[in-house]
Amino acid sequence: MNGLRRALRSGTEAAGRRLRGGEPGVLPVVVGVLVIWSVFQILNGNFLAPRNLSNLSVDIVGAGMIAVGVVFVLLIGEIDLSVGSVSGLAAALFAVLNVQHGMAEWLAVVIAVLSGAAVGSLHGFLIARVGAPAFVVTLAGLLGWNGLMLYVLGAGGTVNLDEDSLIGKLTGHYFHEVAAAYGLAAAGSVLCFLVYYRDRRRRRAAGMSHRPLAEIAVRTGAVALVAFSAAHVLNRFQGLPLALLAFLLVVGGLDLVLRRTRYGRKVYALGGGGEPARRAGIDVVRVRVSVFMLSGTMAAVGGLFLASRITSVSQTSGSSLLLMNVIAAAVIGGTSLFGGRGTTWSALLGMLVIQSIASGMSLLGIQSAVQFMITGGVLLAAVVIDTVARRTRREHGRA
Amino acid sequence: MPVPPLLALRGIRKRFGAVEALADVELEIRAGEIVALMGDNGAGKSTLVKVIAGVSPADEGVVRWEGRTVRVRRPHEAHALGIATVFQDLALCDNLDVVGNLFLGRELRRAGLLDEVEMERRTRDLLGSLAIHVPDLRARVATLSGGQRQTVAISRSLVGEPRLLLLDEPTAALGVQQTSRFLDLVEMLRDRGVGVLLISQNMGDIKAVADRVAVLHLGRNNGFFDVSTASQEQIISSITGVTSPPGATRRTAHARRGER
Repeated sequence: MNGLRRALRSGTEAAGRRLRGGEPGVLPVVVGVLVIWSVFQILNGNFLAPRNLSNLSVDIVGAGMIAVGVVFVLLIGEIDLSVGSVSGLAAALFAVLNVQHGMAEWLAVVIAVLSGAAVGSLHGFLIARVGAPAFVVTLAGLLGWNGLMLYVLGAGGTVNLDEDSLIGKLTGHYFHEVAAAYGLAAAGSVLCFLVYYRDRRRRRAAGMSHRPLAEIAVRTGAVALVAFSAAHVLNRFQGLPLALLAFLLVVGGLDLVLRRTRYGRKVYALGGGGEPARRAGIDVVRVRVSVFMLSGTMAAVGGLFLASRITSVSQTSGSSLLLMNVIAAAVIGGTSLFGGRGTTWSALLGMLVIQSIASGMSLLGIQSAVQFMITGGVLLAAVVIDTVARRTRREHGRA
Repeated sequence: MPVPPLLALRGIRKRFGAVEALADVELEIRAGEIVALMGDNGAGKSTLVKVIAGVSPADEGVVRWEGRTVRVRRPHEAHALGIATVFQDLALCDNLDVVGNLFLGRELRRAGLLDEVEMERRTRDLLGSLAIHVPDLRARVATLSGGQRQTVAISRSLVGEPRLLLLDEPTAALGVQQTSRFLDLVEMLRDRGVGVLLISQNMGDIKAVADRVAVLHLGRNNGFFDVSTASQEQIISSITGVTSPPGATRRTAHARRGER
């Protein structure tokens, strides 16, 4: 018990130290989610109902997938303003090929995703090889790819999708078995424990500082608490949504790529300034192009999930409101606009904040005008935190 | 047949627009030799280092590595030859930690994933063997002091067991004790057969460790000196561009070419 208390105390102290040193981590956004949920629950008792939270978990997936790509772009210190339009274009391509031309569904999905990758590569080539500013290239993309989407959709403008098709199931399918959600929660908790524990064992064997067992217990406990609560809530509605499972796998998988592979290390290194990375022998152009390609690919994937959610593609798909939301999500979730810091989990957490506000507002029957203002305010707050944290780091750093 | 030098530069030329930064520069560095590169501000010392390191390749000229002509057009081509560099601006990634910077571009892997534990262990051992103290190996280098950053940059150059070390004012941010420890280290590397090119403004340091001095003046060779025989005045007058007094052991680039 004593060890536990010590671990908790050292944990809070470490968090406080990081905060003062300008490394806020995920703490502000987690507190933000809790505050938002509490406020809406007080205003409307249905907010924390299983049905609403389950819908929330599916609603974050489409834009969240796009935001994961944006995180990569922000990490290398660039911006991609075209992701909204690219997501709309991919969805339109899928809908027209599949529904109007009768192409096999899987083939249409592949083509839609590849088109996102191709568009992203083109942006990356113009930015990294030719040297055009990302802001302008992707701004042109924002307009141009939206135009192409309208052209592809043609005169009709709206294509309805089949709810029972593969694409419909992306967001419509739930694993009703209680074991699915609990199993995922258990797997996540065990994985978390094993990663910490094996790291501790190897570090101890090498005679290096390592986490005390009590701290590992606290951290694993926290993950398990969140995971099993979520599983419990989801099981009280329809079970584990397929879309949420896919999103968690993508976020977790790309987190592994970013933090534990050479490629991910290169991405972070680029965020610390291109020149040091180049002198370390990194092929800077190739990494930049690949990041924009990933951004385009994730935009296309997100576009398919968004289309699945409303089972249609229309002229309003891939709006600039979507673009604002995904960039806001990445920043609110803790990815820095200045490059070099952030994780894929910020896409999930940031999207959770934005979607919670949207969901709460619509429950309360508040019009979207107010919703825009509040989301704008939250984005502003996130940017201010990011900027102040950066300044604090500088003051603490090279004094 | 004599052993060819580790690195030999011939007729290196580098222009930045209308400015000729390097003109017809020659330089030889042998294995197990410390060559000091001296010159006034703007003489082209750092430019020459960047040429050798593949960061900013020469417009003209020949680079020979152990006698064979090589292309060093990009940093990783220099790394592949075994050339490691401590740049004047250090070129560290501020947002990465000490371990991340040391192994950047040559990370260790285990089952396909980065082996952070092994990289941290080697970092600790390397810094320990250099008697360098950095309080937290997982601190981002932006949070370190100037001297600590410089020691990180120096240790990074030693990670891959280099064969040629380019040191561009490596002791600028170091204290007296750290500097003397660093010079001991450079001598130890020389004795192990590493070739070293050392840029420094400090004549005392150079007299202490260097075997030869190469002087650049306005982007051109302005003399090669043997540290054991040349006087400080001769070297300084060569740096400032004042013609050396007659009878000095100065050998111009032109005379060297005549020898062959």
